[in-house]
Amino acid sequence: MKDYFYLILIALGLGLTALTAFMWSLRAGQYDDLDGAAERILHEETDAPIRTTQPRR
Amino acid sequence: MDCCGSGAELTAALTPAARSSDGEVLLASRIVSDGMRQTDLSVPTMHCGACVRTIEKALGGLAGVQSARANLSTKRVTVRWHFDGGPPPFVETLSRAGFEAHLFDVESDEDGAPSELIRALAVAGFASSNIMLLSVSIWSGAEAETRDLFHWLSMTIALPALAYSGRIFFRSGWRALRHGRTNMDVPISLGVLLAFGMSIYETVQHGPHAYFDASISLLFFLLIGRTLDYMMRERARLAVKSLVRLAARGAFVVQADGTQVYLAVEQIAPGMSVRLGAGERVPVDATVSKGDSELDVSLVSGESVPLHVSMGSTVRAGTLNLTSPLMLIATATAENSFLAEMVRMMEAAEEGRSGYRRIADRAAALYAPVVHVTAFLTFMGWMFATGDLHNAITIAIAVLIITCPCALGLAVPIVQVIAAQRLFKNGIMVKDGSSFERLAEIDTVVFDKTGTLTSATPRLASAENIDGASLSLSAALALHSRHPHSQALVEAASGLTRSPVVFDDITEQAGFGLQARSGATIYRLGRPSWAVANPDVTVGGASVVLTVNGQWMTGFCFEDKLRTDAAETVAKLKQSGLRVEIVSGDRNESVQLVASALDVPYRSDVTPNEKVARIKSLSAAGERVLMVGDGLNDTPALAAAHASMAPASASDVGRCAADLVFLRQSLLAVPLAVSIAREARRLIRQNFALAIVYNVVAVPIAIMGLVTPLIAAVAMSGSSILVVANALRFKGGQRIPTSAAPDDARSAAAILEVAE
Repeated sequence: MKDYFYLILIALGLGLTALTAFMWSLRAGQYDDLDGAAERILHEETDAPIRTTQPRR
Repeated sequence: MDCCGSGAELTAALTPAARSSDGEVLLASRIVSDGMRQTDLSVPTMHCGACVRTIEKALGGLAGVQSARANLSTKRVTVRWHFDGGPPPFVETLSRAGFEAHLFDVESDEDGAPSELIRALAVAGFASSNIMLLSVSIWSGAEAETRDLFHWLSMTIALPALAYSGRIFFRSGWRALRHGRTNMDVPISLGVLLAFGMSIYETVQHGPHAYFDASISLLFFLLIGRTLDYMMRERARLAVKSLVRLAARGAFVVQADGTQVYLAVEQIAPGMSVRLGAGERVPVDATVSKGDSELDVSLVSGESVPLHVSMGSTVRAGTLNLTSPLMLIATATAENSFLAEMVRMMEAAEEGRSGYRRIADRAAALYAPVVHVTAFLTFMGWMFATGDLHNAITIAIAVLIITCPCALGLAVPIVQVIAAQRLFKNGIMVKDGSSFERLAEIDTVVFDKTGTLTSATPRLASAENIDGASLSLSAALALHSRHPHSQALVEAASGLTRSPVVFDDITEQAGFGLQARSGATIYRLGRPSWAVANPDVTVGGASVVLTVNGQWMTGFCFEDKLRTDAAETVAKLKQSGLRVEIVSGDRNESVQLVASALDVPYRSDVTPNEKVARIKSLSAAGERVLMVGDGLNDTPALAAAHASMAPASASDVGRCAADLVFLRQSLLAVPLAVSIAREARRLIRQNFALAIVYNVVAVPIAIMGLVTPLIAAVAMSGSSILVVANALRFKGGQRIPTSAAPDDARSAAAILEVAE
């Protein structure tokens, strides 16, 4: 059993990475305009997002 | 087909209220960095990608604008602009592009609760899935050494997750306890903390049973319910907020040296001179010092005929100036004005309703003592029978975990969220879950007349009997006035060819009518006594006449236009066993006409206070009243009623006071909301029954000491899934047909523009 302990650490690490990614996307405003994002694919212009809410510290 | 420009008619109706001056834009904007300001605009008619593009292009092209970003989900536009030489004309540009826009205050709705809930949910989800994986291997029969290791690991994951995600429940439970009350969060917090504490003891003692998985997944399920509940309320709140603001934000004040400054409403003091243009709302209670005009008072008193004011007249905050500019002397500050008075009356009336307690809270009040007594008796029983302290505590805690109201926490919010979703699709916003519970209980519906049963604007009666040439001539004249009768004439003549007569000079005389000259001929459109030169000529019942050189040409009668489906709505409500009545502040004759058309009892000339009194007397007689109204004068009544609904055209305070707000024209929203609320109540009761059955089965097993962590986990998830599955059976009645507007031409144009 001891030999495979590292697998648990890897699993936890993967989970933590996903959690961090989710927290980042929440903070970066990825979920602010779900309907709009789908429509914007069709526009030609460059489309860098601008902050509409102040980041919270 | 509800896309692009469906608000065309809305725009026409609301433009006077939506005008905003530079000063107003400046007041509502905020500074983001040096010389850079941000303005938020609400654009309710934005519906598709083409709209987003048109808006961003139009605003981005203005001088001084650094960036414009439209948000389709919240129907808002954020504009960043350089502050030199005043703000660019945002609202005007958008209205030229075909969108109605309103300034939006962002400051007031910064609140961190939604992201706190979602973050807590994410952490609990991460922790519970990982701990569950470790637990499964323990249940599959891990050796004692591995089991201990996994218990330690689970504890390391559970401790921070519990501290982070659990504090929402701990905080609320603690607050309730401190005030000597109990709510659902008390048994939750107690169960989770005790289970966690015992598991730590077990882990340290190398025991076989730890409940880390149970305590964390319990938190996870409960947070799902909590988050759904919150998001439902939040969406409705945002949607209601993004509608038109009807109260004036500020006004032009004339100073002693003759210059004008734009001041916020709160800064206007009694004695100041205010210049009020046509189409603006009166900012504070005042008296007229110069000028003649007509005021639309329908939101304030419910009266649909405009009020004529001249020097010395008193005007109330919130009324709309229709015809010509006025000079006012303020007589009260904003917080002493009519509007604020209504808000105070509303708050007073609301106290009666705060006695209502939500189903979940009522259940918790019964549930918590039963659970705690059961757990305590189990502990005493096992202590008495075996004398083994550790065993008795373990079993008592297992009882607490098994009875923890996991399914109960989901039973109510999941049904209400699905019901709110159904209503949202039909253009109805719900403030919170308790509105559903109250709406399901009502047995009487009280309607306001003006703006609710009828449209705020009158309609030309028997237009087909009027000769087309004189109608189009009148309409050409009427185009120059904001008076509701003029607008009704323009609307009635919209299908006719334009009149060939060319006018040289058009003047509007407040309280009388319009006069125009074409060569040597003088046309007059207005009050019979003023327009007709010879007062002996009988003109029948016409309230507006068209004359040529004093000679009577045509008479027009106006009637209140019933809102779409008003008759069907009343019939449906009566069919479902509800009593219906009208309580209106309007004159007797016009209320009687509407009441007899709908065949319902009515009261007319009712003051705001009497409306509240009427509702109180109905409640005292044991009736539960649903109030449907839109005016400022209905606001206290909306707050006093057991449940309340308001159309989107209602006054600001009215919309805030109402439990439900419907956005579409059709009144069928009322019976639909009632039927959905009743179905939601049925499903919630079923869910409670399921939860009780679960407890009846599971609690004896727990008391007998047969529960292992495996059984607890299976039972808990099983009951939650059962409750959610039952809620998904929600059907939610038929849909209201979307008001078929002639949009196709306009949206086609928008698509073409994108394609080009």
